[in-house]
Amino acid sequence: MSVRRVMGTEVEYGISVQGAPTANPMVASSQVVNAYASATVRARRARWDFEEESPLRDARGFDMSRQVADPSQLTDEDLGLANVILTNGARLYVDHAHPEYSTPEVVSPLDIVRWDKAGEQVMLDAARLAQNLPGNPSIVLYKNNTDNKGASYGAHENYLMRRSTAFVDIVRHLTPFFVSRQVICGAGRVGKGQDGREQGYQISQRADFFEVEVGLETTLKRPIINTRDEPHADPEKYRRLHVIIGDANLSEIATYLKVGTTALVLAMIEDKFIAADLTVDTPVASLRAVSHDPTLKQTVTMTDGRKLTGVQLQMEYLDLARKYVEDRLGADADEQTLDVLARWEDVLNRLESDPMSLADQLDWVAKLKLLEQYRSRDGLAWDDAKLQLIDYQYSDVRPEKGLYHRLVKAGRIQRLLNDDEVERAMTEPPEQTRAYFRGRCLEKYAAHVAAASWDSVIFDLPGRESLQRVPTMDPLRGSKAHVGGLIDASDTAEALVAALSR
Amino acid sequence: MAQEQKQPRKAEEVEETPEAAVESDVAERKESLDDDVDAILDEIDDVLETNAEDFVKSFIQKGGE
Repeated sequence: MSVRRVMGTEVEYGISVQGAPTANPMVASSQVVNAYASATVRARRARWDFEEESPLRDARGFDMSRQVADPSQLTDEDLGLANVILTNGARLYVDHAHPEYSTPEVVSPLDIVRWDKAGEQVMLDAARLAQNLPGNPSIVLYKNNTDNKGASYGAHENYLMRRSTAFVDIVRHLTPFFVSRQVICGAGRVGKGQDGREQGYQISQRADFFEVEVGLETTLKRPIINTRDEPHADPEKYRRLHVIIGDANLSEIATYLKVGTTALVLAMIEDKFIAADLTVDTPVASLRAVSHDPTLKQTVTMTDGRKLTGVQLQMEYLDLARKYVEDRLGADADEQTLDVLARWEDVLNRLESDPMSLADQLDWVAKLKLLEQYRSRDGLAWDDAKLQLIDYQYSDVRPEKGLYHRLVKAGRIQRLLNDDEVERAMTEPPEQTRAYFRGRCLEKYAAHVAAASWDSVIFDLPGRESLQRVPTMDPLRGSKAHVGGLIDASDTAEALVAALSR
Repeated sequence: MAQEQKQPRKAEEVEETPEAAVESDVAERKESLDDDVDAILDEIDDVLETNAEDFVKSFIQKGGE
């Protein structure tokens, strides 16, 4: 009924080895992850437990056979690539040719921001630590989604939903929302088309890489609604909605609104609150058209014949969400839900009246403002390499080089958190979910944790021949309230496992 | 791009203030805005990778997800 829900993000970072453009990105990614693991993970390193993973299960109710699957879809086979669990409950690993950080499970949009930003700092530290490896590779990481030469890599969101919600309702009500939400959470891109061959600026990094409306794939024929159904929880009760259409945001407010507004729309879908039909004709083409017009005048055609801009379509959802929160929560609405609604409204109003006034809040506007300043000072055309460089370097995770970081430092971009809060989240888990149990076990009993995953922690105890698997199938159990006292009181892993099995 | 030109603000201001004052006001604001822009661009100039063309050419990624 609110913005609160079990959720998380997973971000693949762009990677380059300075002075060695042909370096193997899988090797470089492994170096980054392993360097961080060696420096921070004490004693033995717990392996990722793949037992419960099923990346080929489809929300529409069938399994894709392994024979027809593209090899890039097989994420559950331990390819021997680096893969580590952190004491904050997050997963740091190599996915294909990129280092990736998945946040621990959290229950609020602000906590998404907290652990997502902590991921940037983990990546920053990891790349710095990798410089000490033999050969001293100078690896730089970018929180973006495309090289503007045809390749794209993802920034995914995950939302736990009630299994009883019909998938067709999710597709119907979420597609127009996803076509339009980029006006808030787009990260901005110099170049149009997958390989960037067309000149100009567009709102989203990812829009040009989406080719179908609904589907299972994430690496080819990318769908607006992804049907991967791997709940990492009781499948009778839950599904995990795997959202692949977002951009990687640097702006805290953009991430906060991306996740907060999406959570509200999902709540309305679950409660069957949306009676209106906001279906958009040709969603894939509309998605791109909206992205390609940073003046925000581009309209999309609704099935009912109306023509709305992306901002106006978002206002339809905002109106619904306001009524929904008023109807279901009234005066009991929580602070973050009200804050998301207020910010959502303010941002949409500004996008209508004076978009450039959001240069201190939204990534695509901040980047555009900087680009326009360079264009006007230096007389640059849109195909000038310097503008492309600014686009890439905006997302450089290094505080001394990243242009986002320079703008923050100059007081030109607002934040929601301070450095200390983000730094704490690099090592401390969220307290409201099973990530607390996972993170605390890694922090306190690292020597005896053989493996862990979203839904289990596996102990290797002295004197016990078989491994002891503690399932954590319910994302809301294993919280501090459930196990905080128990972990505090258990000096050893044996004591903890004994107490858990009593 | 047209974003910066479409504000309807001018009409409102003219109603309330004598024209000359508006002009000097705008000029002043533009000047401080220019300083502001110069300051941030100077700072960004200092950290931008030096050879833009080479950098852009060598920024090659593999697809992911």
